[in-house]
Amino acid sequence: MTTKLFGEPVRRREDARLITGRGRYLDDIGAGALAAAFVRSPHAHARIVDVDVDAALDVEGLVAIYTYEDLTGPLAEPLPVLIPHPQLHAPRTGYPLANGEVNHVGEPVVMVVATDRYVAEDAAERIAVTYEELPVVVGVDASRAAQHAVHEEIPDNVAARHHQETGDVEPALAAAPHTLSFTQYVERSACMPLEGKGVHARWDADDRSLRVHTSTQASTSVRAAIAAKLQLSLDEVEVIAPDVGGGFGVKIVHPWPEELLVPMAAIALGREVKWAEDRREHFISSAHERQQRQEVSVGFDDDGRITALDVHIWHDNGAYTPYGIIVPIVTATQLVGPYVIPVYRVVVESVYTNTVIVTPYRGAGRPQGCFAMERTMDRIADALGLDRAVVRERNLIQPDQFPYDHHLTFQDGRPVIYDSGDYPALLEKLKALVGWDGVGALRDDAEARGKLLGAGMALYVEGTGPGPYEGGHVQVLGSGKVLVSTGLTTQGQGHETSFAQIVASELGVPIEDVEVTTGDTRRFPYAVGTFASRAAVMSGNAIALAARGVREKALRIAADVLEADPGDLQIEDGVVQVRGTPGASIPLRTVAVLSNPLRYAFDEAAKQATQFATHDDTKPPVAPGDAPGLEHRDYYSPLRSTFASGAHAAVVEIDPATWEIDVVNYAVVHDCGNVVNPMIVEGQVHGGVAQGVGGALYERMAYDADGQLQNASFMDFLMPYASEVPDIVIDHQQTPSPLNPLGIKGAGEAGVIPGSAALASAIEDAVGRRITSMPISPTELYDLMRSETAERTAALDRRTGVGA
Amino acid sequence: MTVSVDTERTVRLTVNGVPREATVPVRRLLSDALRHDLGLTGTHVGCEHGVCGACTVLVDGAPVRSCLVLAVQVEGASVTTVEGLARDDGRGGQVLHPVQEAFRECHALQCGFCTPGFLVTIAAGLEARDAAGEITDEEVYDLVGGNLCRCTGYANIKKAVRHAAATMAISAETAAGPPAISAETAAEGGER
Repeated sequence: MTTKLFGEPVRRREDARLITGRGRYLDDIGAGALAAAFVRSPHAHARIVDVDVDAALDVEGLVAIYTYEDLTGPLAEPLPVLIPHPQLHAPRTGYPLANGEVNHVGEPVVMVVATDRYVAEDAAERIAVTYEELPVVVGVDASRAAQHAVHEEIPDNVAARHHQETGDVEPALAAAPHTLSFTQYVERSACMPLEGKGVHARWDADDRSLRVHTSTQASTSVRAAIAAKLQLSLDEVEVIAPDVGGGFGVKIVHPWPEELLVPMAAIALGREVKWAEDRREHFISSAHERQQRQEVSVGFDDDGRITALDVHIWHDNGAYTPYGIIVPIVTATQLVGPYVIPVYRVVVESVYTNTVIVTPYRGAGRPQGCFAMERTMDRIADALGLDRAVVRERNLIQPDQFPYDHHLTFQDGRPVIYDSGDYPALLEKLKALVGWDGVGALRDDAEARGKLLGAGMALYVEGTGPGPYEGGHVQVLGSGKVLVSTGLTTQGQGHETSFAQIVASELGVPIEDVEVTTGDTRRFPYAVGTFASRAAVMSGNAIALAARGVREKALRIAADVLEADPGDLQIEDGVVQVRGTPGASIPLRTVAVLSNPLRYAFDEAAKQATQFATHDDTKPPVAPGDAPGLEHRDYYSPLRSTFASGAHAAVVEIDPATWEIDVVNYAVVHDCGNVVNPMIVEGQVHGGVAQGVGGALYERMAYDADGQLQNASFMDFLMPYASEVPDIVIDHQQTPSPLNPLGIKGAGEAGVIPGSAALASAIEDAVGRRITSMPISPTELYDLMRSETAERTAALDRRTGVGA
Repeated sequence: MTVSVDTERTVRLTVNGVPREATVPVRRLLSDALRHDLGLTGTHVGCEHGVCGACTVLVDGAPVRSCLVLAVQVEGASVTTVEGLARDDGRGGQVLHPVQEAFRECHALQCGFCTPGFLVTIAAGLEARDAAGEITDEEVYDLVGGNLCRCTGYANIKKAVRHAAATMAISAETAAGPPAISAETAAEGGER
């Protein structure tokens, strides 16, 4: 059994319970708890005139009904603006239960608590809410036109105007040998974890303690929010993220109304209360992302090198802005990708609509930024008659330019300085992997079969592992078991395994002895959360530092016992050993026992540490500055984010009879620095690509003009099945980050980022019509091909001998 | 006017080989009855309209979406949930079904929420086919094509189906092992 497991495809430790039905997800907790159900707004924009609960009162099993009038203190105030920003000049958040006005379909108005969910829904449907409907704003263009206001006191619907620039863009554009301007759109999709949100709360009135389980990505912060809103002391609240059935961003938002209301009811009723979101609720009351209108102007020279880039984006933030302007900032700053942009100006206007809130969904604004940049590259190539790979290659940041400062401010408030990377090598690997230079032959072959074939590519740089910090705690027990905890949460990324690998490698113990706990405020109360591909970077490094602290202490204690120099000791397979002296060793579990000087021998092992068994009278049993126990807590707080990178290419084949788009080849080259577990990283890439393909070809939130979500079910929202996800070929590159002890960068979001850009490029290449909006369905492609006004690409004209 | 609760019925069925009964309102879904009345929370509910497949269980051997079935409809039936896929090894441990082994080996799950539905569907499908024949791509797509997974992109799930089919082919060849059950013992936490 080796203990050097960093970098190995170790099989996941969490799987043993998950494949046998012994996982513990939110709705598996609290058998017998009362159930909550919600009356939600059926209107996108309305004033609440009256709430009549009388008809519900007779429902047998009804326990309580809550409306806004029942909320008191801070709970009656708007939900927090989680991430304030000076450029978010008109932030708005909803109330836990609507206070007189609703701003999207699905906004919670009344909470019903009953003996079970069936009964709660019986009661909920008997509650009559009278609304006075107001004009509805749907989509960025309607919001921008501002004929109606979502929030009366914000007549232009603009929540924020985010602006960054690295130089004087107008003269730079004027001086450019060539310029292009264009407008394009990205539609809404959503995280859609298979498990919706859910909350369970239990109040112990005798010792005044509240235990909340919630399907969250940020348990420590949920805890703080509950304490603040329910006016409890922090020590009276515990929050635990149990097994979480996927997150992808939607569960980083907090406190969701239900995360406050369920505990409120549990305290008020003195009973366990639970709410498990159903799928329709998830569609209409959780969060979406992605919709933007993008206006791009670019200046470039004869070789296709960009001289200036000016981008104006309108970003649909939905009805409220609880998560600030993180998505707009990420789009603005990640847009530049792996390229040198001499002068860059970006303005993102974040606008209100009467739709579900928009908060990060895997990628969190990066797919849109990548779409803007990469489609710009495609347009430059088309205009100049150059290979799209060549234009990209000419604009890449070179390996000797690191650290590369873009002179932008990232979502963590820190500079966008790329730590390391090798983008030309990524591009070369991608071309080889997808067979870029052989696409012409493939096209001819497809044409002979009556099909249209095209290829496209997209490159990205992804800021990963933003601060402010994460922590790790490692403790060796007298049994030899190694307890590891970190405050951030897990939603399927395999942290129990990769963090155990880190500890096994750093400490020299068998991985079987390591037990990892995440997202439990009882075990680790200080944390930020799981988002922005940060878990491995942040908690991984914090845990490594904690393990190193334990190792140092273990060697110090063992050196005393073995009368050796700590520098001559090594730990392997859980045994501290004098290097080169067989027999001169002590098990780590014994070191753990000795680390805690005892009076009482509670078991056989403990006898070794009791006061008459130890003999050094020259110093106190616990030396000044030392502490009992073989444990260490440490934190990792980075100066700034790491920047992972990658490149995707897609080959599509299109049937001109049905305009069905078949992705026949999808290639990924991925660089996330040093890899803890390549099997897990590859799994993250697979899942990301599936969401990228879904977002490019299938998924959209189909709102009608009244703000009704027309496809709020898995029957109508086309989330990919296996038949829709192409086979993926992956090549890796490892450019370690110089910023952290383990040299790692994040990997969670990468796979999704370039999907829409690469597929739009491939479809455009196949059909010779400009693709200006994603996703694109066969019907939309059919309409585009029949449209008189659709723009033909110059590449098509060249291929078919028309034009230059 | 008092609104009465639904009429209750006592349902007798066999779950994972064990006779069980539950007294439930007639409108209780099988998924809810399994999870909340019988305490078998391994079966998950992802959409409650029969699309995602997370709640799939075997009713008399055939995959059924338990969110589309009422508990009273399975009176007398034999139901297998994910908890019933592994077998006791007679020594206090469990022998995992080859599909369970394959999911772990091939990293075919991430968050694990959809996994029970895939496992029982694939297990039933593989057991229904001639284990000796090499599994085709079409068969693999058929077995995984009706369930949603948001984490894995399905690549490793398809890989796991092939892996499990190969294991079952070997088991079928060797007279020793009972058909369709892996000879390997489930070693909890045994990674390598």
